[in-house]
Amino acid sequence: MSTLPLRAAGLLAVLGLAAACGGTGAATGGTGDAGPPRPGGTLRLGISSNPDCVDPQQWGTNAALNVGRQLVDSLTDQDQTSGEIIPWLAEKWEVNADSTSFTFTLRTGATFADGTPVDAAAVKTSYDGIKALGPKAQLGNGYLAAYKSATVVDPKTVRLDFSAPSAQFLQASSTMSLGILAPAAYQKSPEQRCQGEGLIGSGPFVFESFKANQQVVIAKRKGYNWGSPQWKHQGEAYLDKVEFRIVPEPGVRTGSLASGQLDAITDVQPVDEPQFAGNGFTEPVRANPGVVFNLTANTTRGVLTDAKVRQAVLKGVNRQEVTDTVLTKNYKPASSVLGSATPLHADLSKELAYDPDGAKKLLDEQGWVPGPDGIRVKDGQRLSAKIIFSLVFNQNQSVLELVQQQLRKIGFDLQIEQRTTPETQQLTLAGDYDFIWYNTTRADPDILRQLFSTKAGNRSKLTAGNPLDAALDKQAATVEESARRPAAEEAQRLIVEQAYSIPVFELTQVWGLGPKTHGVGFEASSRMQLFDAWIAG
Amino acid sequence: MTTGVPRRLAQAVVVLWAAFTLSFVILYLLPGDAVLAKLGGEAGTTVTAADIARERAAYGLDDPVVLQYGKRLLAAVQGDFGRSIATGEDADELVLNALPSTLAITGLGLVFAVVFGGAIAIVGTYTRSRWLGNLLAAIPPLGNSLPPFWVGLLLIQVFSFQLGLVPAMGSDGFATLVLPAVTLAIPTGAIIGQVLAKSLRTQLAEPYIEVVLAKGASRARVHWGHALRNAALPALTLVGVLAGNLLAGSVITESVFSRDGIGRVTASAVTAQDIPVVQAVIVLAALFFVLINLAVDLLYPVLDPRLSGRVTAKAVSGV
Repeated sequence: MSTLPLRAAGLLAVLGLAAACGGTGAATGGTGDAGPPRPGGTLRLGISSNPDCVDPQQWGTNAALNVGRQLVDSLTDQDQTSGEIIPWLAEKWEVNADSTSFTFTLRTGATFADGTPVDAAAVKTSYDGIKALGPKAQLGNGYLAAYKSATVVDPKTVRLDFSAPSAQFLQASSTMSLGILAPAAYQKSPEQRCQGEGLIGSGPFVFESFKANQQVVIAKRKGYNWGSPQWKHQGEAYLDKVEFRIVPEPGVRTGSLASGQLDAITDVQPVDEPQFAGNGFTEPVRANPGVVFNLTANTTRGVLTDAKVRQAVLKGVNRQEVTDTVLTKNYKPASSVLGSATPLHADLSKELAYDPDGAKKLLDEQGWVPGPDGIRVKDGQRLSAKIIFSLVFNQNQSVLELVQQQLRKIGFDLQIEQRTTPETQQLTLAGDYDFIWYNTTRADPDILRQLFSTKAGNRSKLTAGNPLDAALDKQAATVEESARRPAAEEAQRLIVEQAYSIPVFELTQVWGLGPKTHGVGFEASSRMQLFDAWIAG
Repeated sequence: MTTGVPRRLAQAVVVLWAAFTLSFVILYLLPGDAVLAKLGGEAGTTVTAADIARERAAYGLDDPVVLQYGKRLLAAVQGDFGRSIATGEDADELVLNALPSTLAITGLGLVFAVVFGGAIAIVGTYTRSRWLGNLLAAIPPLGNSLPPFWVGLLLIQVFSFQLGLVPAMGSDGFATLVLPAVTLAIPTGAIIGQVLAKSLRTQLAEPYIEVVLAKGASRARVHWGHALRNAALPALTLVGVLAGNLLAGSVITESVFSRDGIGRVTASAVTAQDIPVVQAVIVLAALFFVLINLAVDLLYPVLDPRLSGRVTAKAVSGV
């Protein structure tokens, strides 16, 4: 069902492009002459999928998190450019030497939408509440894996204790997944909070209504005055209301924006991007931090047990061609297993350069000789591996088909196999794959430990005590950048050198804003920040 | 074919039970797992086997299949289809909340289809202009071969984006109903038109038409009063079948027009392998189908008094 409407959307884009060039004279000026921000108005924002659940503590999808971010504040915030953790609900904090104990001092004056204060007891209730959600907290469950308890030191001071070094927690404390809800929220069931009932945060917007598959409406919080210092203004948000309209068809989303029925949209498809170039529309773009879209190898299976074969595949992928042909200039070729927007990202683009000759040489050395159909063979075995993927990103199929062609040139047969998301999850957990294709958004290098450590996800099925484990443990043990950076960089280097993962491209958020819409921003994890957004009259 | 009401009800129950059982068997045999789909999330990295087992137990998914089937059937009889594994909402509530929106577009779609198909058939068989007749005869195959999502996107492009007459999305009011209903009506109306035109031609070739004409009735009177009345029966039977198709068509139409409804609920439930919701939808669709066919059957005697006599006679003698 998903590919046909997509093709139709492509056709529509062509029609829409003709329309945009010919008719609508509404698009005037650019963003430069927008004038000072104006309070008031409703932002009609087209999003691509139903949030299912609007509680940011539970769901991990962009649709849910983009809504949830506006409703809750977090203990800290993360600077979008430097990745540094900065104050928000907490003015300051202290971390003990092995990163197992975090003491936060809260700012005064912040309140939840029901009038109760954001104090140490409320923070404890909220963190305990997230922990109690267990795996229902899709992201928080990982962030709080080692969470032991919270202690109210005094009304302004709360201490969070962990059973293992958790340097990643400081960044996690800045996410909406660990955003603070009012104690009253936990008197409702998780399912009720999913539907917005009792979803009471201290954020710049308050929940108003949620109609499944239709829209989510949030409204300005009156008297809000405790915004993150990195936001462009202080006080209340500009917008009176935001209507998140759920518009699954990409062609309808872009057409609605072009025809003025929407003020902004998310998930502009590569094929639709030209529509919004240089005609008054703006296109905010930001690469997701975290693990890039990659082929993670199961090192215990078939031809992928040989590191030289994996390295050949790594050299045989032409990343630039992938972004140039299947995607657009807004997407970056991978320069590490971590995206370039991730703190402590190491630039390994030299190691990831396209080198088909080097790849062939490696395979020759290992005794793989080209067979009659161009695919190499050795002792009757074909140089072949299967990759499983699901359509979480629309372009996945096209990207993998191109990678398949590229690898064919070095004599490697990549068999691509589309599965549903649940099937992919199941196979991933069972370790039943040669390659898996996925990405994961997280603005902290610790995501590598979660995926590659033999004590956690271990997606490459490595054996315990390998050098990568050591590097991953080291970066988890300290929040000090001077000590953490070398460990994180070593981990990235090991993964690429050993080709445990073959990074391909960075998932990128591409949005479209109408001529009147301004200030729709990204937070550090490339999710939406609407506090500074406004609409020209 | 029409018989006593008790027998019809018994048939309906059997159909519903079969729908429930078949869907249970199919869903149980599908690979994949709703609990994994839910817990996996975006990261999917922190879920342990123990977490999955606990969650599975909470939904009774660790019971033996036969026990699960029995439990679910017993609850379903009482109108309880369990909770959605994906969102935790009541499955039946989820489906019933989505129903009005779907009924609105399929209902209006059916009206449009009957009008559109009827007009093609009646004008096509009545006209003396050969080219108009040929043109109208060509519409049904064309209408039936156009992919609905393409029609929907085209309608949006023209009537919403270019002309600005109706909104492209949402489910508020009549304006948002028209385009999706037209989208649904095109293939359905095409089939109705084709069948109706064929049976109209058959009727018009019957000897009784000559008799009526000889008695001095006008062509229009013959067409409307006599031929159409007799030709409507096969088309009406078809409407019953097509109502089910309309419901299926709503999956695509609702996505294109960003509407809530059974189609959207079904699509996401199938993707997430959310068994309780999928089952609720299947049983509801079966119920819908049974009711439509019952209504069609009851309409027969209205159109054909001979059938009415037979029903009464049988009903009386049958009891």
